[in-house]
Amino acid sequence: MLRDITIGQYFPIESPIHRLDPRFKIMFTLAYIILVFFADSLPGYIAVAAFSFVVVRISKIKLSLILKSLKPLAVIIAVTAIINLFFTGGENILFRWKFIKITQTGIVSAVNMALRLIFLVTGSSLLTYTTSPIMLTGGIESLLSPFAKIGLPAHELAMMMTIALRFIPTLLEETEKIIMAQKARGADFESGNIFHRAKALIPILVPLFISSFRRADELATAMECRCYRGGKNRTSLKQLSICGSDWAALCCMLFFAAVIIAINILDVRLMGY
Amino acid sequence: MIEVSNLVYSYVTDDGNNEQVLKNINIKIEKGEFVAVLGHNGSGKSTFAKHLNAIYLPVGGTVYVDGINTADEDKLWEVRSHVGMVFQNPDNQIVASVVEEDVAFACENLSVPPAEIRKRVDDALETVGMTEYKNHSPHMLSGGQKQRVAIAGIIAMKPEIIVMDEPTAMLDPIGRREVMKTIEDLNTKFGITIILITHNMDEAVKAKRVVVIDSGKIIIDDTPRNVFKNVDLLRAIGLDVPQVTLLAHELRNRGYDIRDDVLTVDECTEEIYKLCR
Repeated sequence: MLRDITIGQYFPIESPIHRLDPRFKIMFTLAYIILVFFADSLPGYIAVAAFSFVVVRISKIKLSLILKSLKPLAVIIAVTAIINLFFTGGENILFRWKFIKITQTGIVSAVNMALRLIFLVTGSSLLTYTTSPIMLTGGIESLLSPFAKIGLPAHELAMMMTIALRFIPTLLEETEKIIMAQKARGADFESGNIFHRAKALIPILVPLFISSFRRADELATAMECRCYRGGKNRTSLKQLSICGSDWAALCCMLFFAAVIIAINILDVRLMGY
Repeated sequence: MIEVSNLVYSYVTDDGNNEQVLKNINIKIEKGEFVAVLGHNGSGKSTFAKHLNAIYLPVGGTVYVDGINTADEDKLWEVRSHVGMVFQNPDNQIVASVVEEDVAFACENLSVPPAEIRKRVDDALETVGMTEYKNHSPHMLSGGQKQRVAIAGIIAMKPEIIVMDEPTAMLDPIGRREVMKTIEDLNTKFGITIILITHNMDEAVKAKRVVVIDSGKIIIDDTPRNVFKNVDLLRAIGLDVPQVTLLAHELRNRGYDIRDDVLTVDECTEEIYKLCR
C-alpha cells in the first residue's frame, strides 16, 4: 500500500539520461513544465507525448513504473477534470440538464487539465527516478549558489532535501509497522465516515512524530561524529562536470521547445483565419 | 592512545537533583587494542563512550586522545576524525540514499580531494565486503549490511580508534556474525583500536581486554578469561556470563574439578571430556 509511493525515489540504471549533469536535468525539467503549459492544442500534446515517451525510453525506466507514479494522483487528476468539465462556461452547449451543462470548451479544458497534470507528474518523477538524490541536491545547491551571496542558505537547503529523501522509505516502513501494531490492538482504520477515519490516524501520527524526533537527534549526533560542520570547505565525491552529451541534450531540448512554439504559432494563425 | 583520568560526568535532573553518571573513571587504552566495555543498561557505558570523541565533555577530570585534550574546542574536529563512532541503529546513521555516497560523507566534510575520496570509499567498501552494493540504496539492505555500510563510512575517515556503541544490538544473528567478523578484521588486519560497548557476553569474549562498568565506576579491567571467572560478581551487577562459563561454574559448585575460566564451546567440551575419562 504505502510502498507503492515512488515519488522521490531513485532507480540506479545505466542510461544516457542518468548520466546527464543534474543542473541541466533540473533546468530541462523546469523548461518542460513551462512548455507543457504552452502546448494547449492537440498537435502540441502529441508533440509533448512523443517527446516524453522517447525520453522515458532512453532513460530505460519502465513505462509501468511511470504509470504507477500516476496512480496516487489519479483522484486529483479526475477531480480536476470533472470540475473543468462542468464549470467551464462557453457557447456550443452539448448537454443540459437542470443547472448542469456541458460545453465544448468544457470538454476541451477538462482534457487539457488532465493531460497537463499527467505530463507534469511524468516529467518531474522522471527527474528523481534518474538522478541520485546527492546529485540532485548537488545540482540544486550549485544552481542556488549565486543566491548564497544574498543570504540564501543553499547548502543547508540541499542537505535538508538529501535527508528528507533518504528518510522517505524509512518512515514509510515505520508507518506500516505502527499501523500493524495498532491494528493488532483492535484499531479500526477502515470503517466510519471521513471524520472518524481522520481521527483514527492520530494514534499513528503521534508515535511517528515521536520516533522521527528521536531519529533526527541520533542522526545529528552521527553526522557530528563524522565531522559535519555545514557547507564550508566541503568537497564532493562526485564532481559535477558538463560534457558533450549535456550540450547534445540541450540541443534536443531547444528543438523540442522550438517545435512546441511553432505549433502554437501555427495554431493561432489557423484559428485566426 | 586514549588516556582518561579522574573522569566525572553529571547532570542536573528535572527535579533539581545532581545525577552522577560517571564517577572517577581512570583508564588507558593503547594503540591497536581491542577492548570490550560491559555494563547493564544505565551503568554509564554509553556515556563513557561519548566522552571519547567529545560528544560529551567531562564535568571533572580529563580525556586525552592521541595527546589532544577533548575539551580543547579548537581541536574538536581533529579529535572526531581520530575517533570514529558507530551507533546501534544503522538507519539513523546513514545520511545519503546511495551506499557509496554515504561512505563518502565524512571525507567530504573533511575537505578531502575528490580523487582521494574515491579511493578511500572503494577501500572502505572493500574492507567491509560491501563493494558489490556500492550503488544500492541503503533501505534495500539487511540490518547487518546497513551496519557494515555505517562502519565503512567511519573507516573512510581513517580514524585510529573506532568506538562501537552496541553495534549489533538491533541485528539478527546473521547480521551480528557479519558485523563482529568485520570488527575483528579491523582490529587484527588493519590495526585499528577498537572499543566495543556491548552487553552481549559472547562478543565481549572476542576482545583482548574487558572493562566492566557498574553505576559509573570501572569495577573490573582484565583479560576476558580473568573477568568471566567472577561469575557471582558479574551476576550480582546484572550481567550474564557466556553460557559455557556458567556451565563450568555450576559444575564446580557441584564439586566437579573443572577449570573456572572456560570461555569457548571447544574448551568446555574438552574439559567435560576430561572429567568423563
